[in-house]
Amino acid sequence: MPTRRRAFLVILLLALLGLASLALALAAGSLPVSAADIGRALLGETQGVAAEVVRELRLPRALVAFACGGLLALAGALMQVLLRNPLADPYVLGISGGASVGALGAMLIGLPALLVHGGAFAGALAATLLVFGLARGDGSWTQTRLLLTGVIVAAGCGAAVALILSIAPENKLRGMLFWLMGDLSHAASPWPALSMLLLGLLAALPFSRDLNLLARGDVTARALGVPVARLRGGVYVLAALATAAAVTTTGAVGFVGLIVPHLVRLAIGNDQRVLLPAAALAGGALLTVADTLARTIVAPQQLPVGVLTALIGVPVFLYLLTRSPRTA
Amino acid sequence: MSALLSIRDLEVNIGAVRVAAGLGFDLAAGERLAILGRNGTGKTTLLSTLAGLREAEAGTIALCGEAYAALGARRAAQLRGLLPQGHLDAFQSTVLETALIGRHPHLGRWAWEGKEDERLAREALAAVDLAGFGVREVHTLSGGERQRLAIAALLAQQPRVYLLDEPLAHLDLNHQIAVLDLLSRRAREDGVGIVMVLHDINLALRHADRALLLFGEGKTLEGPAGQVLTAETLSRLYGHPLREMRDGDARYFVPV
Repeated sequence: MPTRRRAFLVILLLALLGLASLALALAAGSLPVSAADIGRALLGETQGVAAEVVRELRLPRALVAFACGGLLALAGALMQVLLRNPLADPYVLGISGGASVGALGAMLIGLPALLVHGGAFAGALAATLLVFGLARGDGSWTQTRLLLTGVIVAAGCGAAVALILSIAPENKLRGMLFWLMGDLSHAASPWPALSMLLLGLLAALPFSRDLNLLARGDVTARALGVPVARLRGGVYVLAALATAAAVTTTGAVGFVGLIVPHLVRLAIGNDQRVLLPAAALAGGALLTVADTLARTIVAPQQLPVGVLTALIGVPVFLYLLTRSPRTA
Repeated sequence: MSALLSIRDLEVNIGAVRVAAGLGFDLAAGERLAILGRNGTGKTTLLSTLAGLREAEAGTIALCGEAYAALGARRAAQLRGLLPQGHLDAFQSTVLETALIGRHPHLGRWAWEGKEDERLAREALAAVDLAGFGVREVHTLSGGERQRLAIAALLAQQPRVYLLDEPLAHLDLNHQIAVLDLLSRRAREDGVGIVMVLHDINLALRHADRALLLFGEGKTLEGPAGQVLTAETLSRLYGHPLREMRDGDARYFVPV
């Protein structure tokens, strides 16, 4: 029986987990900072190297990681309802492919960082519109058609990325590869991603009971009064914007959008009223921890965080797949 | 009192295939209508048109005196319920949660299911012989149990008009009778209207007040079940000769 009380407890627990992940991200690194110092630094009471590192370096980066993890998990949860497939992923519809082409294209012609972000966002939206337009072609809107169109557009983007990589000069290759694998070391201000996450949740939550019905099939949802066509369009745009915002900020970090909603669903069920905020918090926490690991495991070297999420994600995914054959 | 469902000059096509043309009938409170026809004659399409989920090519449909466009999706969902064919469970869900989806049109945007909704859902589960199944995962149900769960969700919806697409699919004999008895009781006691697609002529004869036969190519026949269901019309309907047998007052049809 779904109740507000249970939802509140789940969200509270995950919010605490999120805060713990942020605290870890602020404390860990080549310069260890104590909890008391972190508190003082955040309140702006102290000067000095430790406070500077916490305020200027670790806090923005941790917030970016949290926001992007949350965005990817939210987009994943929405895509899974939209495609009615618990193993769908925000990248499956070619959104990250489009972003990669946009970003790498901008890097190739030597545009500054800001325009690389712009290129990624434009690419993501272009791929979204392309898939949306093609899949709607004959007015029907079947999951299979959408999925196949997305996969094909993603494959096309993959080819374009390979082309750019093969003609790019040596000195740009490393930056491109890091972008493709997802990297937070050049992350900009966390506020665009954080506000997108908040807006996305605020936009999705009023419709979360409608989404519960959409997950049970179009006819069932429509018979119970859900405006399915409008809802699906809205969900698609929202998931695409969330993915684009995340990919633009951090590059193509994989598996967060796939694994997190799936794990959360296994733990608390498929009620979108709880699942959407819970997945956002859990995704935020996961990417924050993963990024902290990525910059501390082989310090002073930094790993691209996408490599870590994939290393965690692939075995977890395969485990889930073999464990529950009915969802395949 | 006006009819629950009022159909006038209805024309329904699927592509080039004509399902019904010039169809008109009223479904009064407490009436049960059985739709019969061969596979592919458009029974599901007609039902979905009656549910307002699909535009008719021509004609009007009034649900409790109002057109679907005037009612809006939410109000319509409070008045009529649809049992679709086949149930897709892509995600895990418990039996109680699934029965509770029927409460959706009665809940506000921010409202959560309350005690009363839970009571209605549990009553509905008990009515279809699924009491005590509440915490079971829908994936673990058999085909017949899953079908009864879908009927329970429809009962929890408390519509005035029930539109059921093959409600007896996957059910064993005793549950077929139990479901038809349950629907008949709702019609008699609560005055709801029932429209159901059936493939069993003898059950239709016993549990429907009226029958609508879809012959294909737009030809239809609608009327009191006892008059419409004869060996002659049914033989024409199914393209296979049927013979009528009598046991006292009861009539039965068997394929020759």
